[in-house]
Amino acid sequence: MADFVWLVIALPLAGAVFLHFFGKYVKEPLSGWMASAAIGGAFVLAAIAAVPFIQGGGEPVTISLWEWMPAIGANFELLWDPLAALMALIVTGVGTLIHVFAIGYMHGDERFHRFFTNLNLFAASMLTLVLAGNYAMLFLGWELVGLCSYLLIGFWYTRTTASAAAKKAFIVNRIGDFGFMIGLMLVFTVFGTLSFAGIFERAGQELTSGMATAIGLLFLVGATGKSAQIPLYVWLPDAMEGPTPVSALIHAATMVTAGVYVIARSAPIYEFTPVASTVVASVGALTAIWAASIALAQRDIKKVLAYSTISQLGFMFLAIGARAYVAGVFHLMTHAFFKALLFLGAGSVIHAMSDEQDMHRMGGLMRKMPLTATTMAIGALALAGIPPLAGFWSKDEILAADFARGGWFYVLWIIGLVTALLTAFYIARLWVLVFYGEPRWQEDAHPHESPRVMTLPLIALAFLSVVGGLVNTPFRLGLEHFLEPSFEGVHIQEAPTDWLTLGILAALSILAAVVGVGAGVLAYRRPPERWRRFEESFEPLWGTWELAYGVDDLYGRTLVLPGRRLAEAAAFSVDAKGVDGAVNGVGRLVRGAGDWARPLQTGFVRNYGVLFLAGALVVVVWLVASG
Amino acid sequence: MLTALILLPVAAAIVVALIPGRRREIHLPLGIALSVMPLALAGYLFWVFEPAAGFQYVVDVPWYEPWGIAWNLGVDGISLPMVVLTTLLVPIALAASTTITNRTKEFVMYTLLLEAGMIGAFLALDLFLFFVFFEAMLIPMYFIIGIWGTERRIYAAVKFFIYTAFGSALMLAAIIGLALTYASQEGSASFALSDLAGLDLSVGTERMFFAAFAIAFAIKVPLFPFHTWLPDAHVEAPTAGSVLLAAVLLKLGTYGLLRFNLSLFPDASVDAIPIMAILAVVGIIYGAVVAIVQPDLKKLVAYSSVSHLGFIVLGTFALTSGGLQGAVIQNVNHGLTTGALFLLVGMIYDRRHTKKIADFGGLQKTVPLLAGFFLFMTFASIGLPGLNGFVGEFLVLIGSYPALPSFTVIAALGVVLAAIYLLWAYERVFTGVPDKEENSVLSDLSGREIALLVPIAVLIVVIGLYPKLLLDKITPSTEAVLDRIVEQTDYTMPEPGRIGDVFVAGDE
Amino acid sequence: MVPVGWYMALAAALFLIGALGMLLRRNALVMFMCIELMLNAVNLTLISAGRAMNDLNGQVAVFFILVVAAAEVVVGLAIIVAIFRRRATASVDELSELRG
Repeated sequence: MADFVWLVIALPLAGAVFLHFFGKYVKEPLSGWMASAAIGGAFVLAAIAAVPFIQGGGEPVTISLWEWMPAIGANFELLWDPLAALMALIVTGVGTLIHVFAIGYMHGDERFHRFFTNLNLFAASMLTLVLAGNYAMLFLGWELVGLCSYLLIGFWYTRTTASAAAKKAFIVNRIGDFGFMIGLMLVFTVFGTLSFAGIFERAGQELTSGMATAIGLLFLVGATGKSAQIPLYVWLPDAMEGPTPVSALIHAATMVTAGVYVIARSAPIYEFTPVASTVVASVGALTAIWAASIALAQRDIKKVLAYSTISQLGFMFLAIGARAYVAGVFHLMTHAFFKALLFLGAGSVIHAMSDEQDMHRMGGLMRKMPLTATTMAIGALALAGIPPLAGFWSKDEILAADFARGGWFYVLWIIGLVTALLTAFYIARLWVLVFYGEPRWQEDAHPHESPRVMTLPLIALAFLSVVGGLVNTPFRLGLEHFLEPSFEGVHIQEAPTDWLTLGILAALSILAAVVGVGAGVLAYRRPPERWRRFEESFEPLWGTWELAYGVDDLYGRTLVLPGRRLAEAAAFSVDAKGVDGAVNGVGRLVRGAGDWARPLQTGFVRNYGVLFLAGALVVVVWLVASG
Repeated sequence: MLTALILLPVAAAIVVALIPGRRREIHLPLGIALSVMPLALAGYLFWVFEPAAGFQYVVDVPWYEPWGIAWNLGVDGISLPMVVLTTLLVPIALAASTTITNRTKEFVMYTLLLEAGMIGAFLALDLFLFFVFFEAMLIPMYFIIGIWGTERRIYAAVKFFIYTAFGSALMLAAIIGLALTYASQEGSASFALSDLAGLDLSVGTERMFFAAFAIAFAIKVPLFPFHTWLPDAHVEAPTAGSVLLAAVLLKLGTYGLLRFNLSLFPDASVDAIPIMAILAVVGIIYGAVVAIVQPDLKKLVAYSSVSHLGFIVLGTFALTSGGLQGAVIQNVNHGLTTGALFLLVGMIYDRRHTKKIADFGGLQKTVPLLAGFFLFMTFASIGLPGLNGFVGEFLVLIGSYPALPSFTVIAALGVVLAAIYLLWAYERVFTGVPDKEENSVLSDLSGREIALLVPIAVLIVVIGLYPKLLLDKITPSTEAVLDRIVEQTDYTMPEPGRIGDVFVAGDE
Repeated sequence: MVPVGWYMALAAALFLIGALGMLLRRNALVMFMCIELMLNAVNLTLISAGRAMNDLNGQVAVFFILVVAAAEVVVGLAIIVAIFRRRATASVDELSELRG
């Protein structure tokens, strides 16, 4: 039935290939529309293929394409199940909107078609990741999205900061991949295959809890890289050097959720390791509050959103670590909607302000760009968790599930609640600083509302941010039923079922959101001097937050610099002087021996003759003597 | 057919030699045209090669009967890809040498003779014959580096020659020792691999011979700490020399370990696993770390070879299906990607006459195509899935883990380091604004240069996505090697889970 | 029949003359002739020993030496003549270019 899902990957891939080779012959907006059509077509196909699951009768299918590395049980095969379908729909759906937005945003760029080539390639890679039927193919997509991220962050390659950020993103991700790869080695050793079907079927028989913990923790290492969790989150804020649609698509809605997806996909393995799951949740909680606090004090609009993304990804980890997989994936979905919206809104603002990103130089934009302001307000409230917007439902479900888990998870639940408060505050701060109050922009800025091609995707995403949460509410657990076939045999942590607890929990999280938003609005609706003083009153904490706790610096001093020193020592001392020195030393030794023996050759025939004769005599004497 | 494959390049060299020296403009084109013939023949060989264990198209003509030396050739799944790779890269290397203007005739001749030597070494099934080809390759290479190299070419050429000759001397001693042992045990002389592989050796002798072979090949690979000739040779050699050196000559080391050490000395091989694995892993990490800070682009690629070849040795001595398949396929992959990287460095050098990374910057602006190809090859080298490097590395890593867990984990670090040194180099050379004036007036790739790179790029993608093409031919031979070892020693191959029963292509 | 010892004694004497001449003279031509003398002394030994022991191998070896000596004379004389042309001397003491 769903045999054609390979087309979901093939369409954007074909788009990328076509645009790569012929893009320069296609006029500017057309190439963008072609790319959008490719991914839009993929969305339609994915939607058609997902119909059986929505109707509730679909069975997961594995589709074999061709052999790849049979010796390690790795082949080109797709797994089409509700989880894959949901991810594919998110990727293609949000992706299409962002593609369309980018047509307006990238207008006039000299490498316009190249941008869409890469964007389409990214879509194909991400779809490979989510549709993969085994870990090797998942890893294929996993690395390819890393490549696309590298290409797109460094898209404006003449900016040295962009190139450095691209490289940093790829390398930090590689460090995570190192863990992931070792995890794969363990999986292969245990199961003798990398195929999901083979692994999950036999997880119960083959896995010891120690092995499951090891695999789980190693996968987590990979996930912290791709999904920007502590300690490998440092690449994501830098990745904001890329064009804003990239930040929206890759660094908010899709690629960064790959880590969440992998852990959710590996749920049958995590099933046997409460330890690893708890670590996942703890890392998530820590990251959530850590990044949220940094987001409080950022001045760059995209940096706020970047740290916010890290923080929200932490929420997803908090969910899947508590085994609330559905809640995690649910939040992944709603987050894709409202964070893409926020990023695109930010892009619209940056576009209007001629590439200004400093919020201190904005303000009062509501009058100039009402549509952007309204849609962003919806996104902000959704992120803050104000009901009945999308973010509320998913976030509330996560917190409720953690509360229901109990024990150590009470601590995580409290952290989550505080983070929700901070989130509401910083997003309110962002919105008020940008859209409210008196204009603080430069003389030469002429902000204007963005063209329709950019605002329509905003409206669509705003709509999704409003209603997206309704697919899974305590009143109607639609998503949970939808995803059931994907988590067969896995214990899923449910939210509490009695309405009283549920109500109290919901009230608490609504309170956090309202207090946060209220405080943010109250603090920043005042004139600039007042809120500056407000920020200063938090010193030295505020400064630390603004510098993101100086983690980049710390890594630079403790890892990068010593690493380079070590490499230099290895290259210029050990290798050049030591190893090669030894080789050349042997050469010199032979030479020296030759020098020492040189005088023997006098060049006089007579000397040679005497020696010759002497030698002959010795032989004769020896012969005679030995009889 | 195999004899023809070796003699074709020799014949081509003779034809080139017959063209008078004053007609210098036709030497190179003629050489390129003639070197396509072995490629066609090798392609045909690849086509007709049956995916089965054992040697095919065996030629066995006595050469010096009293000593049992024979013109004994044969091809199997391990040597086949290497032969094809060799014949593919020779025309490309020649075509990339248009900047060589002095003594073109000799250059073309040496390159063709080198090709004959390389093919012969891959096909030889007689140890003496192998040794002859192994040595015969050195001479043309020595001249290629020594005559057409850059400033310190003599130093590099001599170092290359002496180092390798030292290793071969040890190997020759071991070969003779083996033949004598055979003669004393069987009463008749033979140098044939199949005869000598069945010898009964005492533990001490076997280990000694193993060591002699291993050192010879370790120098060739090169494994740490025998690697220092490599950067010098690469840096000084002309582009064609670097390409063939990296792509093919080094592979004789890994090929030799696989073909001769494993089959001649199974017991010693099994005993030597820890030593070889340590050397491989040290090479992977050390080569990568040293590559990070190299100021010279070519040297950086050279050290990356040290690192990458470590994976092949690791895979070889892991003695698992995945590891061996990965090792053989990685032989090809490394030849393609590193060969291409050297081509690209050569193309940059042709334009800027420098290889110092610090002299560049912002080249993507002026030569976007070159930058694009460079980035492509860089990612192939880093091991990006979908490209060939990944297939080899992943097979080696996943395949080796069950046998050598701790070594493999450390080796995997090399994958991270590869990203660091290559991407950092790319950043410094290609990105940013071209701030030096020389860098802003370069011309992008010509049609000829693109024509050289495209076949390699296509193969990289094909192998990356559909390695079955190669693996089908390789697997029976690697399995045969493993079977022999399991049969002859008390080695038991780790059997992770149940392999391959989950997926059968095409059954729905 | 002359006892084989006589032949041996003659050969030894010839060899001694040749060896001493080789060491004491410095004219390349003369030294060369001394070498020939030594060779022929050895030939004589071989032939007489072969005769005495009724073994043909002695004569075979002599033929071998004769041929090699002839070849050697050709090359050697050519070298000496060439040197003489360049240097106008045949004294080996002045030819010490090969000193290490």
